Amino acid sequence: MLAGPLTHHSRLRPGSGWRSTANSLACLRSVGLITVLLGVWQVASAHQKVQLLPSPLAVARGIGELAQHGLLVKYVVASLFRVTWGFLGAAILAVPFGLALGWYKRPGMALNPLIQILRPISPLAWIPISILWFGVGDMAAIFLIFLASFLPLTVTAMNAVGNVLPVHIHAARNFGLRQDQLLCRVLFPAVAPQLIVGLRITLGIAWLVVVAAEMIAVNSGLGFLIVDSRNAGNRYDLVVAGMVLIGAIGLLLDIGMRSFERVRSVRWGYSED
Amino acid sequence: MASIISSPISQKLAKASAAPQKRIARTKLRAEGVSMVFDQDNNRVAVLDMVDLEVSEGEFVCILGPSGCGKSTFLNIIAGFLSPTSGQVRIDEETVRGPDPRRIFVFQERGVFPWLTVEGNIGFGLFKLAKAQRAERIAHYVKLVGLQGFEKTYPQELSGGMKQRLEVARALAVNPDVLFLDEPFGALDSITRLTMRSELLRIWEAERKTIVFVTHDIDESIQLADRVIVMSARPARIQRIVNIDMGHPRDISSRRYLELRDGIFEQIGLAHKV
Amino acid sequence: MNSMRQLGNWEKYFWPLLAACMFLLAWHVLVKWSDTKIFPSPISVERGMAELMYKGVFSQYIVDSLRRVATGYLAAAILAVPSGLLLGCYPSAASVVDPVIQVVRPISPIAWIPVAIVWFGVGDRTATFLIFLASLFPIAVASMNGAHNVPSIYRRAGRNFGLSPAKLIVKVVFPAALPQIIIGLRIALGIAWLVVVAAEMIAVDSGLGYLVIDSRNSGKRYDLVVAAMVLIGLTGLGLDTAFRRMEKLKSVRWGFQK
Repeated sequence: MLAGPLTHHSRLRPGSGWRSTANSLACLRSVGLITVLLGVWQVASAHQKVQLLPSPLAVARGIGELAQHGLLVKYVVASLFRVTWGFLGAAILAVPFGLALGWYKRPGMALNPLIQILRPISPLAWIPISILWFGVGDMAAIFLIFLASFLPLTVTAMNAVGNVLPVHIHAARNFGLRQDQLLCRVLFPAVAPQLIVGLRITLGIAWLVVVAAEMIAVNSGLGFLIVDSRNAGNRYDLVVAGMVLIGAIGLLLDIGMRSFERVRSVRWGYSED
Repeated sequence: MASIISSPISQKLAKASAAPQKRIARTKLRAEGVSMVFDQDNNRVAVLDMVDLEVSEGEFVCILGPSGCGKSTFLNIIAGFLSPTSGQVRIDEETVRGPDPRRIFVFQERGVFPWLTVEGNIGFGLFKLAKAQRAERIAHYVKLVGLQGFEKTYPQELSGGMKQRLEVARALAVNPDVLFLDEPFGALDSITRLTMRSELLRIWEAERKTIVFVTHDIDESIQLADRVIVMSARPARIQRIVNIDMGHPRDISSRRYLELRDGIFEQIGLAHKV
Repeated sequence: MNSMRQLGNWEKYFWPLLAACMFLLAWHVLVKWSDTKIFPSPISVERGMAELMYKGVFSQYIVDSLRRVATGYLAAAILAVPSGLLLGCYPSAASVVDPVIQVVRPISPIAWIPVAIVWFGVGDRTATFLIFLASLFPIAVASMNGAHNVPSIYRRAGRNFGLSPAKLIVKVVFPAALPQIIIGLRIALGIAWLVVVAAEMIAVDSGLGYLVIDSRNSGKRYDLVVAAMVLIGLTGLGLDTAFRRMEKLKSVRWGFQK
């Protein structure tokens, strides 16, 4: 393992998942590692004196139980529903807004400080306000997700415009494109790769927030499952089951978004190293 | 413009100036008293100083000078991307106010659009044409620059030389009157550069556009141009205009070529031995 | 990008100020116009902030939040940077560990709260643990990518000069990867700040997050709620700005230039 760090694996970027050709061996090794970890977990939980953590088997049984009662699907759908609406709403508004702020210098300069101050405010800090405006329920959760997604997407779009190569804008003007043609045929394709990455990362953030929003403001969904299982009977197997489901769905969402990055007309934007 | 100093340099180069002009073509481009001063963080930097230039139609002109001397700035001004601090530029007796599809700029590198295929790039400026016409034009220029078979390829899969050819094809496809090239072969290795120069000349002879070509490579300028405009360092002025009185193809080991080369070497003040 | 006109220096300050004033004005007008009894106007928020400062709560709570962030974040950095570097240098190890990271990463730190409460009880340690968790992954991944992206010419030069693998990582890979690591650290700090507020809303009883929830629960003091939010925003911005200053240090500035 001490032989040359990057001999023949230079194409394998951490996080790129399952794309390298030497993959089957790596696959096996990962499965092996996960199995070992699960095994350690199982043994540790069987031998613990104080009940710190349920065993993997208990968690698996918990998931089965949820499926049996129809709650699995119900909760997953509820969480996904809120994320979708909040995220899409934010995307539809934030992307054009951010592109405009990036393109027109003065409005961008004007609003930037405001954005920088609003950004570090955790979406959860908005919970009292959102409950005040929307009451406890779906809308409050969707609003929180919207809030959590809006500013990051705006900033991503602004930065993406800033990274467009000036030569491309000059070339477009040279060929006689009008402003609207320029925006459609040059600006938009040029920002697409960065936008897609930004969308993927923000979706991940939205998924984190939905869990938190559900823990506090609604009574369905995976976040609610976690809080409720603990409050109504210390069912930690269900708590961990909820966590596992959250992780799994978050991962699936991420993989789904990554597939957009493979479309040929945006692939150019992702460097191969 | 050309100053008459009695010396071996001017003798070598004067031979060229004395040769009769082959074609009496009309003036295509006229730059008068172009000066450019940049205001960078409260620092006024004079980049160009009273540059005058006339280019005839169908002529191939090279602007030669060391890096950073302002020749790219000059090219951007006559192409309409920058406004000069003083002076004006006229193309076809019309003052230049901005970029125009009749005069296409070929950029240093990375100018091709990475999200479009070869076909997409070449067809980029052809949005006013009907579909059939556009396809025909694209096919013609793909062939002209030698990119057959790569029509559906994306630029990231092309070599540097191919990307440059693609950019030239894209520029030519809209049938401009004038082409501006800003050190287009700078990013290529010297072997590919030789090939690309022949390609460019071949295309020029086929289409006879007016070309203004900026370079820092002395050999390149003599190999390509009808006239070489030698510029001084910043603030750039025209030091000398040299007529290259050789026909194409030019023998780069001929005596005349070496004379011209020597002359420009000395004009710029470079030693002959390394 | 759009206008070719040069921007005056004064405009850097003028436009943001104008936007801020318009924003505050619009807020004030909306509050007055909707005749709401609860939602605060900018003036009452400002008075709320003065009140907090007067009570000493201001400094106390900010210090609490910052302290938790500092502990959890530093612990995460100390663990994540070396691990990330190692994983980045040995891709075979990375390819094994990576799927595990991919599965655990999307689990919101918030989801860990019940487990954390079981392990650490309600209080400081839970919050610190959550911050630790939340910061761990961004820093580790940034270090991994940073190490991975170090150009092989640097490594070869290091080996050419006879450096052992350990020295190579410390003297070549780490400095070369530092710009990317710093970006990861900055992002992780932003996340840590978000998480501390969340953790304080649920699992502890001091700090800015707690202030947000408490002001509402004990008396519907929405002016204090918004005041706390503004403080959160300003402190978070301050942390981010301080970090960006670090990016200007000469020994890393090379990594941020185009």
